[in-house]
Amino acid sequence: MKLQNIAIARSGDKGNRATLSVIARDPAHYPLLERLLTVDAVQAHYRGIVQGSVHRFLLPHLGAVHFVMDDALGGGVTRSLALDAHGKTLSAAILDLAIDDPAAA
Amino acid sequence: MTCCAPMETYRIGSGAGYAGDRIDPAQALAEHGRLHALVFECLAERTIALAQLRRSCEPRHGYDPLLEERMRAVLPACVRQGTTVISNMGAANPQAAGAAVLTVARELGLPRLRVAVVTGDDVLAWVCNNNVPLMDSSERASDLGDRLVSANAYLGADALLPALANGADVVITGRVADPALFLAPLMFHFGWRADDWPQLGQGVLVGHLLECAAQVSGGYIADPGFLDVPGLADIGFPLAEVQADGTAVITKLEGTGGRVDRLTCTAQLLYEIEDPARYLQPDVVADFSRVQLQEVGPDRVQARGASGTQRPTHLKATLGYRDGFIGEGQISYAGPGAVARGQLALQLLEHRLQRLGRAGFEHRAELIGVNAMHGAHLGKERGSDREPYEVRVRLAARCSTRAQAERLGQEVEALYLNGPAAGGGVTQSVREVIAAASALVPREAARSAVQILDL
Repeated sequence: MKLQNIAIARSGDKGNRATLSVIARDPAHYPLLERLLTVDAVQAHYRGIVQGSVHRFLLPHLGAVHFVMDDALGGGVTRSLALDAHGKTLSAAILDLAIDDPAAA
Repeated sequence: MTCCAPMETYRIGSGAGYAGDRIDPAQALAEHGRLHALVFECLAERTIALAQLRRSCEPRHGYDPLLEERMRAVLPACVRQGTTVISNMGAANPQAAGAAVLTVARELGLPRLRVAVVTGDDVLAWVCNNNVPLMDSSERASDLGDRLVSANAYLGADALLPALANGADVVITGRVADPALFLAPLMFHFGWRADDWPQLGQGVLVGHLLECAAQVSGGYIADPGFLDVPGLADIGFPLAEVQADGTAVITKLEGTGGRVDRLTCTAQLLYEIEDPARYLQPDVVADFSRVQLQEVGPDRVQARGASGTQRPTHLKATLGYRDGFIGEGQISYAGPGAVARGQLALQLLEHRLQRLGRAGFEHRAELIGVNAMHGAHLGKERGSDREPYEVRVRLAARCSTRAQAERLGQEVEALYLNGPAAGGGVTQSVREVIAAASALVPREAARSAVQILDL
C-alpha cells in the first residue's frame, strides 16, 4: 500500500525553499505519518532534488507533518530552469512511499 | 462598513488567489455572499517587477491587466450592498489603477464611488541609496547594478486602515502582505488594537486561509479515486464568517462546486508556511502551531487558536532584477523506441552545445514523461516498468543574451532534419528572466500614504 491511500500532500515555494505538508486523511493515522516521515526518510526520498537540509514540524492536532526543504528549487522559482519551477509537483512524489496497511495492523 | 453594527459577524470573501484567477466565482460571491468585504490577492513574487517593466514602456500601465474586467464584474453588486473591495491589483502603479477603477465606475453608471489608493511600498530609491544586503546571498543591492528594476516592501494592514477610516468603497494597493489585505478590514471593523498580537495572529490566520481563494475550497486537492471533489468547473471561492474574537468559519456559497473540510483547510493553513509557530508578517509574528480546525457543518470549518507575538522590526522587500535569458526547445517522440530516440536526441543536443562552445552553460536536458519533473532518481526508481508510449525532449539553458537563447531553440528544431527518426511538434521559446531577491528594510523606508479619489 502507498502513502497515497492514507494521506494527502501539498507543496509550495519560498524563494529557493520548498514547503511540503503531508496530512492524514483520517487523523487516527497521524502516528504512522510521524514514524514514517522522518527527516532522514524525506531527505533520502528527494535526493538529487533537495540539495540543502530538511526541517520537520509536527502538528498532531491537525494530523499533519510539515517540512521545509532548503535549496530545493534549482536556485529559486524566479530563475530555475525546471519545467516545474515552483516545485508544485514535489508533493505527489512523497505519496509514493510504501506503507503497511494500517487496517491490517 | 456602513451596512452593519460593529460587533456582528463580519463576512469577508476571497475574489482571486492569483493574477489570472477565474472571475465568475468572484462575481457570484459579490452578488450572493452578503459580504462586508471582498478581497482580490493578485501579486506573486515577481509580478510587480514585470508590471514595472510594462510601466516603463507605457506610464499609464503597470497595474493588473484584469483589473477593469474584475471591477466590471463585481462593482455593481458591491456598491449596491456596501461591500468594500480591497485588492493589490495596483501592482507597480496603484494611482493609475485607482483612476481605472473610477473609469469603470463611470462606464457602469454607478451613482458614487470612493477609491482609496495606498502607496509607499516602492522602496527602490531607498534600497539603492542604502545598498542593503540581500537575504540568502552574499550580495548587496549595488551588485545588481542597473539590472535592478523594482524594490517593493511588504506593507502591513496599518497602511490600509486610513483608507478604510476614510470610507473607501474600493482600496487599491501595490505590495502588501497577502494576509494583511484581509486583516485590515477585520482590525477596522472590530477595533482590534495594532499591538494586540494574539488577536492579530488570529486575523492573519483568517487572511492566510482565504488568500489563495479556491485552494481552501476544494481546488488543488482532487486525486481521483483517493479524494474526489465535486463540481471543480464551478468551484465556489471561499468566504469567512468572522466573530469579534477572530474565530472564523470558512465556507463557500451553497450550490457551488468544491468542498471545504478539515483536509482542504489544513492544506491551505500550512501552504508556503515555514515554521508554523513563527509566520512572519509586517503586523505580527503569527503563531499557527496550536490552530484548531473543526468541521461544524457541511462545507463549514471553524478556525481558531492562532496567536502571535510582537511584529518584526523590519519589513521584507522583494527586489526584481534582470537575470539574463532562458532559451528552451522541445520535441516529441512516440511509438516503439520513443525513449531511446529521445535519449539519442538529448545526447546530440549535449554534443551540439559543446560544439557551440556552450558546454559550460547552466542547462537542463531531460525527457518529459520520464525524468523532467523529479530527476533521474525518482523518475527511474519510482517509474513504471513499462516504457511510456511517447516522450518529449526538453532542453533549457540560461544565456546572457537573447540571441544565444534563440540558438538553443533552433538547435532543438534542427533535430527535425538532423536528429533521430520521427521527431515532431517542436516548440521553442525565449524569455527574459526577471529574478527576485529579498532584503530587509527599516519601516521608515516604506512610508505609506493614502490618496482618495471620488467619482
